[in-house]
Amino acid sequence: MRRLLNIFMVFVLLFCTGTAALAGNDVSASADGVIPDPIGEPAEDVDVGEILFGHIGDSYGWHITDWNGKHVTIPLPCIVRSSTGWHVFMSSKIEHGHEYEGLFLAQEGRYEDKIVEIGPDGEFVRPFDISITKNVASLMFTAILLIALVLATARWYKRHDASEEAPKGFTGLMEMMISMVNDDLIKPSIGEKEYRKYAPYLLTAFFFIFLSNLLGIVPFFPGGANVTGNIAVTMVLALCTFVAINLFGNRHYWKEILWPDVPIFLKFPIPIMQTIEIFGMISKPFSLMVRLFANIMAGHAMILGLVSVIFVTVKLGPVINGSMTAISMLFGVFMDCLELLVAFIQAYVFTMLSAVFIGLSRQEEHA
Amino acid sequence: MNLMLPDSGLLFWMTIIFAIVFFILAKFGFPIITGMVDKRTKRIDDAIAAARKAEESLAGLAQEQERLLAEAKAEQARILHEAAAQRDSMIAKAQDEAREEARKIMDEAKERIREEKEAALRDVRKEVALLSVAIAEKVVRKEISTDKGQMELIDRMVDEMTTMSS
Repeated sequence: MRRLLNIFMVFVLLFCTGTAALAGNDVSASADGVIPDPIGEPAEDVDVGEILFGHIGDSYGWHITDWNGKHVTIPLPCIVRSSTGWHVFMSSKIEHGHEYEGLFLAQEGRYEDKIVEIGPDGEFVRPFDISITKNVASLMFTAILLIALVLATARWYKRHDASEEAPKGFTGLMEMMISMVNDDLIKPSIGEKEYRKYAPYLLTAFFFIFLSNLLGIVPFFPGGANVTGNIAVTMVLALCTFVAINLFGNRHYWKEILWPDVPIFLKFPIPIMQTIEIFGMISKPFSLMVRLFANIMAGHAMILGLVSVIFVTVKLGPVINGSMTAISMLFGVFMDCLELLVAFIQAYVFTMLSAVFIGLSRQEEHA
Repeated sequence: MNLMLPDSGLLFWMTIIFAIVFFILAKFGFPIITGMVDKRTKRIDDAIAAARKAEESLAGLAQEQERLLAEAKAEQARILHEAAAQRDSMIAKAQDEAREEARKIMDEAKERIREEKEAALRDVRKEVALLSVAIAEKVVRKEISTDKGQMELIDRMVDEMTTMSS
């Protein structure tokens, strides 16, 4: 039964890895192992769902690999303010169900794999938690790398007379990309006059997203975290765009929202148009947030699913496992190439749409 | 599903980290790079404009040069022409002069020849006169060798004298 389910899962995985992974939890939970294992090996099931969500989600430690049956995990600091005050400790203290100062990882329920404490009525209570999780650590690494890359580029310009010579090598590459985003993306979207004010934010957003996406594809430490595929990260980015749009929107922009040029009955007693406009105002950054999050998360899920196929099919015999390995490798290579493309495209799209929205908010009234 | 729920801790850190990254890059990173690139772009544009200008002035210069060359050629042709004309005129003049000289020489020669001829004629005449006198003397002497003849002659002469004087 389990094997049959596994076979079923392989096929589903091949066609739609994401869905298969979601289903994996329920499937393995209801499996009962009636048919004995013909090879006689200990049937330790590969829980694809756990692998997927363990990767896509956040965690308190940075799990690198398994070595001789042991988890190799980099412990990260947990910073929690519970009912008993502030607690700072390494994540290794609460691994494997250990409890530390009344705090532990919830094994199930709403706060699964999150630090919780027991509340007064026996419920799990989530304390204020600003731990340096895997995603935060990866964010920090990305931030430091990005600052180093850009400042190294900027340093070249300080040391050379840029009007006399053009940079080569790494600086040249960075200049090419910065110029590409600046001149072909930001300038035409916002307009020649005002793009300078917004260019630093948009460039930062572009390179932050792009670098995070690329590091997300790198399968080993310190890459591989699902940073831009996390909704909190994309939410902050989208909020920044929201602020940039609405904080610096001009009179014309606000007039279009609050008193648009439509027949009076559409806007006076019942503010129909205003409602629509305000909804549009919010939906713009919301679409940015969801687009980036969903694309990157789905990409990670696809690659992980394809890799999991290899381990899921181990128990199906060497022939199936071998052929499935070849297929999954082939698809994996394809997906990785696709993800490289997506990494760029999503950064590009986020920046371009942000620039277009900002450009719309700075549009002058046309006569 | 907790994938769709933003985690507060991550929100907190992402806000801080992104703010720091944005602050640093917006202050020390991108404006410097884009500014320098803009500067270089402007410089390249200027250089291209200057090059175009130089090209234009060079084209003008070439035209000017061509014009000068044509002028020089025309001048050369004119000078050559003039020189030829001068040469021709000089030759003609020289020829005239030579002719004149030759004529003069010829005239002189003719004159001298004439003079010589006249002198020769005079000499001949003198000789003839002398000769005739000598002949006359001889004739007279022969006639006066006789008295009669002498008398006749005297008479004739006297006659002649008288006829002449009367």
